[in-house]
Amino acid sequence: MAEKLKAVDVVVVGVGFMGAIMAKELAASGLTVVGLERGKKRWTVPEFQSPDIHDELKYSIRKGMMQDVTREAMTFRNNTSQEALPIRQWEAFLPGTDLGGSGVHWNGQTFRFTEADFVWRTRMQERYGKNFVDADLTIQDWGITYDELEAYFDKFEHLLGTGGKAGNLNGKIQPGGNPFESWRSREYPNPPMKEQYGGVLFRKAATEMGYHPFVQPSSNMTRPYTNPEGLQLNACNYCGFCERYACEHFAKATPQTVILPVLLKNRHFELRTEAQVLRVNLDSHKKRATGVTYADATGREFEQPADLVIITTYALNNARMMLLSGIGKPYDPKTGEGVIGRNYAYQTTGDVYVFYDESVNINPFMAAGASGTLIDDFNDDNFDHGPHGFIGGSYIMSALTNGRPIEFHPTPPGTPEWGKEWKVAIRRHYNHTAHMLTHGSSMPTRTNYLDLDPTYKDAWAQPLLRVTFEFPDNDVKMTQFCVDHAVEIGKRMGAKTVAGYARKPPFTTQKYQTTHNTGGVIMGSNPNTSALNRYLQSWDAHNVFVVGASAYPQNPGYNPTDTLGALAYWSVDAIKKQYLKKPGPMVSA
Amino acid sequence: MSTETQQQDSRRSFLRSVFAACVTAGTAVIPVDRIRPATERQPTEEKPKHYVFFHPDEAEFISAAVDRFIPLDEEWPGAVDAGVVDYIDQQMGGKWGSAGYMYWHGPFKEGTPSQGYQLPLTPAELFRRAIAAINQYFATQGTPFHQLSADKQDEYLQMLLANKTTLNGVPSKVFADVLLKHTIEGFFADPIYGGNKNMVSWKMVGFPGPYADYYELIDQYGIKLDRDPVSIESSPRHRAM
Repeated sequence: MAEKLKAVDVVVVGVGFMGAIMAKELAASGLTVVGLERGKKRWTVPEFQSPDIHDELKYSIRKGMMQDVTREAMTFRNNTSQEALPIRQWEAFLPGTDLGGSGVHWNGQTFRFTEADFVWRTRMQERYGKNFVDADLTIQDWGITYDELEAYFDKFEHLLGTGGKAGNLNGKIQPGGNPFESWRSREYPNPPMKEQYGGVLFRKAATEMGYHPFVQPSSNMTRPYTNPEGLQLNACNYCGFCERYACEHFAKATPQTVILPVLLKNRHFELRTEAQVLRVNLDSHKKRATGVTYADATGREFEQPADLVIITTYALNNARMMLLSGIGKPYDPKTGEGVIGRNYAYQTTGDVYVFYDESVNINPFMAAGASGTLIDDFNDDNFDHGPHGFIGGSYIMSALTNGRPIEFHPTPPGTPEWGKEWKVAIRRHYNHTAHMLTHGSSMPTRTNYLDLDPTYKDAWAQPLLRVTFEFPDNDVKMTQFCVDHAVEIGKRMGAKTVAGYARKPPFTTQKYQTTHNTGGVIMGSNPNTSALNRYLQSWDAHNVFVVGASAYPQNPGYNPTDTLGALAYWSVDAIKKQYLKKPGPMVSA
Repeated sequence: MSTETQQQDSRRSFLRSVFAACVTAGTAVIPVDRIRPATERQPTEEKPKHYVFFHPDEAEFISAAVDRFIPLDEEWPGAVDAGVVDYIDQQMGGKWGSAGYMYWHGPFKEGTPSQGYQLPLTPAELFRRAIAAINQYFATQGTPFHQLSADKQDEYLQMLLANKTTLNGVPSKVFADVLLKHTIEGFFADPIYGGNKNMVSWKMVGFPGPYADYYELIDQYGIKLDRDPVSIESSPRHRAM
């Protein structure tokens, strides 16, 4: 029997980036807030200090910062005719855990989604006609517009101290920035990053080919910065240990560096770590949450009553929490009905390697998590898709986030995978290879979805999440198109050999691609096809808000975090200004 | 043993003695590739090796196999001299070997390649079971794997990687892939894990090690960084702020 605790105004499930933002804003407005984090506390000092933090085996290979797969795994299958089996070791994607969540080990790549992205279905039909989009794709509008979110993007980027060059200031295209971006009301808070050598070679080739290269927006600091919360960050030193690692220099925007210290000083906020939330509890009508039940590190269960429950546990875990709690109708791929688990999408990436001769020293280890140079010409709806027969796109970016050698030892096609020739090749190419990433969109389908696994359980005897996913034909075409263009750029970069690898089915859990899982608890304007309204408020239980990339109806070709931060600020603003005055559905169903 | 095998063997032991000497002499400031073979140098006397996990006959197979995956050559040590066997031994004898980093609940069922490893064998059990099958097979053939010619060893490893047999019920590719992955890990991981002795792999490819500040260097495009690497152990301890 769970011990019942004293009621609070708000319980936040998961204290990562979004949990910290929601908790900070609500505690600052005087509400009592409890943050429940399943993992442990950890701080820049002492946990993240070097040289120990720069341990490739521990963090990149053994996944030292990730969700404890021994206790909470997921199951996977490519389609419903297969039996899902547990992902026994993380590889394709890496959900974080512990205080700060995935916000500690991210790369800081900070892109806004575009005006088109938020009205994707409408935009595709308007531009290409009703029959252009593959009928299998369940794309939707978000129920919100870019213009409504702009101020919140701005707020989040200033919290992070993002460095970049505006490409579109209030509608005026700016030299040096991304001309395809949607308008921004002011410049980035910091200047762009230094470019890598591979980026400079890419820039020259892309410019010659008539494309529009720019420096990747980055939340690795480009100069010392004090954010609006009064927290100070240092300039990044390009050490090459960013993603999968924590930053020891206070140079990467993470919950620890940009918001948690302020949150923890607020007397209205209480952090409880090693608190594994098992479910959100509902009242007898299943229309209102009464709080949550969690287990502490010793297994004791507690019931934490609250008036408001905010779920911020990472996209996939958000969907699972809704399913475990029975909030919203589970999605059924046979009928297409139900909302929880619907429109699960991923990210469709490709790789291109540019092999130079030994006179060109690329120095892959001199790198930040977001020091790429890229073009947006083949992303989003930035080009005419009419002749190509697919929707969506990819940015093409010259980027090496690291030269860590277990992960990075490229060889040209035809090289054996071991033996003398392999050994010669890895030595020959290690410092003379540039890399391009195609980072592309992922469109939802009727058959890609999330539900609870019927067989496998976590350490608390609760069902694991079951992921059913295959790359849709649309995205396979898209990624091949983008990789082909990237290979052309590579040839122009003056290399001897260029090798492109477009992602092809079957999707495998065994190769890292990205951690950008989206959907499952999507936002929208129709309760039959979305789980949340435009304020990230559950259609089914009005005092439950779900903040995560789980809200994205489809995944554009940009990294998800900036849009997520904007949505969090948008949502919490609506809670403060509307919901608290009159608790109830903010949009009538 | 054929003449060819004997020649290869004597060449390998010659090269090995040179690299063993380099490693033990502490060549941190002398790039290994500038050291010329010293023909008069005597091989260092080998002490009996102790392992936390491997039995001696298992270590013989593993040593021979990883040294084919990353062989000794004129310039750079192979996997054995880099300490890869020590690395794998410690991994198998520890938390990793006992599946301490894996979701380890059944039912265990055969899956698709996209679903990844699904055998009900911990990594340590997988190694023990597969190596036993291999050693048993070569016992019936009369010559243990580690005494075969390099070509014959390569041929056998290629066959395992091509999944052309099973090893006490284990698909040979599953074991061989894991062995190759561990070989590369041990070769490149920080020396604190027992492999990459004297940071030889980092010196070989030109990785400067895990700790550095490249703020002033990153935009000196094409610069050749010519310094010895530092490891976790040899890095200065950093304290931010």
